[in-house]
Amino acid sequence: MEKFVKHTGTAIPLRRSNVDTDQIIPAVYLKRVTRSGFEDGLFAAWRNDPEFVLNQPQYKSGTILVAGPEFGTGSSREHAVWALQNYGFKVVISSRFADIFRGNSLKGGLLTVILPQEAVEAIWTAIESDPTTSITVDLETRTVSYGSTTVAFELDDYTRWRLMEGLDDIGLTLKHTDAIDSFEAKRPAYKPKTLPIRI
Amino acid sequence: MGKTLAEKIWEDHVVRSAQGEPDLLYIDLQLVHEVTSAQAFDGLRLAGRKVRRPDLTIATEDHNTPTLDILKPIADPVSKLQIDTLRNNAKEFGIRIHSLGDADQGVVHVVGPQLGITQPGMTIVCGDSHTSTHGAFGAIAFGIGTSEVEHVLATQTLPSSRPKTMAINVEGTLKTGVTAKDIILAIIAQIGTGGGQGYIIEYRGSAIRELSMEGRMTVCNMSIEAGARAGLIAPDQKTFDYIKGKPHAPEDFETAQKYWETLFTDSDANFDVEITLDGNTLEPFVTWGTNPGQGLPLNASVPNPADIKDSEERGAAERALEYMGLTAGTPLKKIAIDTVFLGSCTNGRIEDLRAAASVIEGKKIAPKLRMLVVPGSERVRQQAMKEGLDKVFLDFGAEWRNAGCSMCLGMNPDQLAVGERSASTSNRNFEGRQGKGGRTHLVSPLVAAATAIRGTLSSPADL
Repeated sequence: MEKFVKHTGTAIPLRRSNVDTDQIIPAVYLKRVTRSGFEDGLFAAWRNDPEFVLNQPQYKSGTILVAGPEFGTGSSREHAVWALQNYGFKVVISSRFADIFRGNSLKGGLLTVILPQEAVEAIWTAIESDPTTSITVDLETRTVSYGSTTVAFELDDYTRWRLMEGLDDIGLTLKHTDAIDSFEAKRPAYKPKTLPIRI
Repeated sequence: MGKTLAEKIWEDHVVRSAQGEPDLLYIDLQLVHEVTSAQAFDGLRLAGRKVRRPDLTIATEDHNTPTLDILKPIADPVSKLQIDTLRNNAKEFGIRIHSLGDADQGVVHVVGPQLGITQPGMTIVCGDSHTSTHGAFGAIAFGIGTSEVEHVLATQTLPSSRPKTMAINVEGTLKTGVTAKDIILAIIAQIGTGGGQGYIIEYRGSAIRELSMEGRMTVCNMSIEAGARAGLIAPDQKTFDYIKGKPHAPEDFETAQKYWETLFTDSDANFDVEITLDGNTLEPFVTWGTNPGQGLPLNASVPNPADIKDSEERGAAERALEYMGLTAGTPLKKIAIDTVFLGSCTNGRIEDLRAAASVIEGKKIAPKLRMLVVPGSERVRQQAMKEGLDKVFLDFGAEWRNAGCSMCLGMNPDQLAVGERSASTSNRNFEGRQGKGGRTHLVSPLVAAATAIRGTLSSPADL
């Protein structure tokens, strides 16, 4: 995973709540067996509309998505994170994220930032009046800043450290193989196994 | 102080805990399907890693599979590649797989319980948000993304921060015609799509205890639609009886049951949040909008967004009505339906098919309406055929299909056309969920069946 320390870019306002992962990427785009190429499915149904914010020329180069509450509800598809990343997004800001989407994003290095809805509204206003507004998301200081405004956000120390170091979760867990071994040695015998197959 | 059921199970699975880090949780079972696993297996190969416990892993094909001509080669080459990739990965990594045509193929959350490998006190994961279904057995079961699928394949553990606990108490006796589906749709309408965020929900109360195991699965299945990490129900005699005799029931059943009987919330335990719902007054429930929280009793009318105070919710309602092609004030029962879908991990089990069949038996389908009946698994299909239910559906004018996720998610050939309106026993009414431009009303199997007879959203009481 790529390290994430700080990102500066322009932002795109997505004034919708409950943007579920079927909207982020419809199921029909989930057939690929790779982790790349999902940008064509990102918000596929909405992108047919020339008025849709991603189609507006002033927001063409945005790398920060600023969305309404309950972003990423529904399906566990990590393809939603890949689609956003493949399209070029580095950060998504919202007042509330669905749990699984949030977990997926932070595993994959797409920084999801939770800000109070008033702060989200303020960013929407700023980037709608000036789409070239430069926004910096700094993991070191856990802040989002633009113009003269700086807003702090929370992220637990462990996740922050892992993102800043670009660490692979599996590698970290494998350091504790001894603990896993001893846990397994004590598992009760009645716990079910899938093999050998019983019919 | 006592512990909640979720806390007991969680604590039994902590491999390692350290200050400031998520708990490392042992996973008793991982279910695998074709859509969210290919990239995980690729990751293992790239890193030269193996599957740590193939014997705690099981795969089936469900999301991307056709429900017609299942033994012919899959027509869409991209879909075929995804299915073939799962088959090859299962072979390479030594994982049990139930492929199309196999007696145990089917929707992953129907397959686990019917094999008896879903048991109380377990931790169960799958790259699918409806993994919460297995919580009906008193297990902590939750959906994960592909990176986590890979993590569990490699280590049989998952770093997870401990969720908060929520109790939802449903007391009372359900009226005739009111089902588990109506309970969960009413709960989601009450607490919203984000109401359960960060929580494991425990469903409690007499109305929940009265539900069959399959009804409990329907309730737990849609926990994710309320945003919850997982949903569960304490196991009881019904749970033990359901598992007994299943292929993977414990050989030492007595010892297992002794442990299972300790799995309940202590009387002096505290939940972070408690919510109560009156089971006596519940009505059949349907959704009118584009998220599962936008639901109302069937006797109600399409809401007027102008009456909604919260501006965010009002905007969402306006967009939903536009997408759904509905006018405020229209009685829900006047909404004409094009397609009825009976199936999915929410309502594709044998009791669901029986319930719908009992309503339509001897009747004829409404003109121009199509009804798809898709058993949740091949075993369910076989059982239904043994009971003659296939004939009931076919005589009625419905299509009788093979097992799979089918029209629940608009990925395989079973999809709605643009503007087509469905009454669906599945779990999501998102825009385009059942096919681009399709319009979905979520309903129970009883409402689905009555709707197929009348052609408009209806309950059996309307017949």
